[in-house]
Amino acid sequence: MFEATQLNRRNETTQKLFRLALGGMTGILILPVILILGTLIWKGAPVISFEFLFTGPTKGMTAGGIFPALLGTILLVLVALLASVPLGVAAAIYLSEYAPNNWFTRAINLAIINLAGVPSIVHALFGVGAFVIFFKFGTSILAASLTLAIMTLPVVIVATRESLQAVPEAFREACWNMGATRWQTIRRVVLPNAVTGILTGVILEVSRTAGETAPIMFTGAAFFLPLLPQSVFDQTMALSLHLFVVSTQVPNMPEQLPYGVALVLISLVLLMNSLSIALRMYLRGKKKW
Amino acid sequence: MEQQSRQAVPRLDSDFDRLNRDWYIDKAVQVLVFLGGISAIVFIIGIFVFITKEGFGFLVGDFNFREFFFSPNWRPTSENRETFGILALIAGTASVTGLAMLVAIPFSLGAAVFIAEFASGKTREFLKVTVELLAAIPSVVWGFIGLAMMNPLIIKTFNVPVGLNVLNAGIILGLMAAPIMTSIAEDALKAVPDRYREAAEAMGATRWQVIYKVVLPAAKNGLLGAVLLGVGRGFGETMAVLMATGHSINIPTSVFDSVRALTATIAAELGETAAGSSHYQALFTIGIFLFVVTFIINLLADLVVRGVRKG
Amino acid sequence: MVIAPPQGVTTTERPVKLGVAGLRIRYGEQTALEGVTLDVYEHEIFGVIGPANAGKTSFLKAINRMDMFNTDMHVEGQITFNGLDTRKVRNVYGLRRRIGVVFPLPVGLPLSVYDNVALSPRLRGEKNRAELDVIVERCLRRAALWDEVKDRLDTLGSMLSGGQQQRLTIARALSQDPELLMLDEFSIAVDPVTTMRIEDVLKELRQEVTIILVTNLVQQARRLADRTAFFLDGRCVEVGVTEDLFTGEVQDQRTRDYVDGRFG
Repeated sequence: MFEATQLNRRNETTQKLFRLALGGMTGILILPVILILGTLIWKGAPVISFEFLFTGPTKGMTAGGIFPALLGTILLVLVALLASVPLGVAAAIYLSEYAPNNWFTRAINLAIINLAGVPSIVHALFGVGAFVIFFKFGTSILAASLTLAIMTLPVVIVATRESLQAVPEAFREACWNMGATRWQTIRRVVLPNAVTGILTGVILEVSRTAGETAPIMFTGAAFFLPLLPQSVFDQTMALSLHLFVVSTQVPNMPEQLPYGVALVLISLVLLMNSLSIALRMYLRGKKKW
Repeated sequence: MEQQSRQAVPRLDSDFDRLNRDWYIDKAVQVLVFLGGISAIVFIIGIFVFITKEGFGFLVGDFNFREFFFSPNWRPTSENRETFGILALIAGTASVTGLAMLVAIPFSLGAAVFIAEFASGKTREFLKVTVELLAAIPSVVWGFIGLAMMNPLIIKTFNVPVGLNVLNAGIILGLMAAPIMTSIAEDALKAVPDRYREAAEAMGATRWQVIYKVVLPAAKNGLLGAVLLGVGRGFGETMAVLMATGHSINIPTSVFDSVRALTATIAAELGETAAGSSHYQALFTIGIFLFVVTFIINLLADLVVRGVRKG
Repeated sequence: MVIAPPQGVTTTERPVKLGVAGLRIRYGEQTALEGVTLDVYEHEIFGVIGPANAGKTSFLKAINRMDMFNTDMHVEGQITFNGLDTRKVRNVYGLRRRIGVVFPLPVGLPLSVYDNVALSPRLRGEKNRAELDVIVERCLRRAALWDEVKDRLDTLGSMLSGGQQQRLTIARALSQDPELLMLDEFSIAVDPVTTMRIEDVLKELRQEVTIILVTNLVQQARRLADRTAFFLDGRCVEVGVTEDLFTGEVQDQRTRDYVDGRFG
């Protein structure tokens, strides 16, 4: 009796210690990043102003704003979305609604995992070899955006597939029973109930695309351009590459300016992610069946 | 006989069997989404084909297997004799990735266990969201953090001349990979059925005994998959290691040595080479190497994780 | 394998809506139903009775060609609809549009009640709102659901109660304007009073539609069905005029035992 109690107490203490240690590890993982983000805000916030966001760089990029880079990032993201969203949604529809359970489907899934796992610089090499040289797009927004689109395709596919599969099979069967074709079933019942989920994936992709640097370095983003791009066949500046340039390539850079660029970039990315998470939570709270 | 009498009845029409517009649209969509489905395979093959195509001249020309993998001398622009040895670059990538895993594996697995098994309700939700947000920080921002914050910190703390080194990049990469590893590991732990836990608890095991004896062994494949994906991520990371390693060719002997990574070499040098030159082609050959290695790592991770689902 | 048509029933008098010959259904290696040969005439209510796992639901799925969506399900033998072999139909969707089915698990689609019922007409290409209004009201009335939902037609069908969803499913099947209506234990989720109302509707519908009524309630078959088939353990034991199964001569004693409630 007495022994058992002692044993229990020992176990309880061990458990508490264990819990404390694991909680501490979680904290150690998260705290430095919070500190880093705090520093970014503390040092970057004074730089940010209306002028910083809406004018171009001056004095060899050591002064002025980031407007061409900001605009360039938006353009790159938009063109990339135009390519990857239809393709990704189609792929997800195939995988969720049509694909049989066989080796070929497994090969597709493996390809998707690999597409997400291939190093970004390898995607850049592919972009150079395929879009810049082979398809003769040159270093351009088009080439860079297509490279980004292929790289972030898995994000759209995975999010879309998940939200399609969340629609119960019984709904499809009820539709098929009425003589609806597969496509009519998808369009009228499956897609409308998956669209918010797809949207979270698309927002996540925007965030990923906006933050990528390596894939656009040689395919369409430039260190500095005096003029804004006129078409998708022009090069453009981009926020992510701009951060790289102002923090490594420019002599006599004032210490604060790169912090401002970093803060804008990370705000953009985290904002998109938060939006996606908020949408997901809203969706979870709003059950339709 | 009977069959004939049925068909002879005029009131029953079989008009429904026309191939109408809906039928053709359905077929067309089926073809279109199939094309979308195979696009992933097409792109993976395309990546391999196009980087091989660009690197082909080097592979059949100046490429020397022994020099490429066993020489530490990467001198692609030397005027006397160009050498294309990537051993030092491999050492750079390996040292940084290794240190990163040393940082990331214990902490991310610890965090995963905490989130999956101990945290509950709001805390759990908060930690999950935070981890997800940390995973979203772009690599160029991490590179900047290494450059602008970690660098002076390391110089001051350890009293060394240069703060851009294995230590810096390893920590940065570790912090970068940890959130992804945490969330994959947490998924693996959550996939362990509750009845396992209940059965162990019914036998009088405490929480940590349940975790140590039941949950961790049951989830070990998923956890291994998480580690492998972390390794793959570290191996392929470009911008952060380009900015935080110091980018100098070295086989490191201490964590304070500057090194250079495979990925960073491509990123730094591709812009300065002439298309079609040996140097340019050699960079694409490094790309093939990176592609093949990450492909194998991802394949392994997939096989390992699939094993857990079957069991 | 082929069982001769029951005596006393002539096949030439009335047009055969659905002809089944030597039907065998299996899932993988497991046979769910075999040896079914029967005809369903136009404008009759054809009852199918039998205990659980007799193969009744598989029977309906085979008629509706739902095996197309289940790679595990294999159908052998012949099923003709309007004299056309359903295995050889090119446009399966066209076939299914003419066959309304109500399965025992009610499924309200996550669309508004209105859209649930208007879905089938819309799939046919009906766009006229006034026309749709008429169809929706008629089908909901026939399914005995109109009074309960007429003021909230924009509620999600999937949020209705189980019984309401069951009647919504019936309304949806009716909205197809089917030639053949198949009901599989429709009264499971519905209260007795509503069941009676729907039964009355089915009797009326016999003028326009052929009905296959699968039921686990033998008395329901007796009330409604002109002829009835008895399925047991994956086989069709007997097909005959309903009243004969209850009071007349039966070919197989098990049929009488079942309808008298001695097993099942």
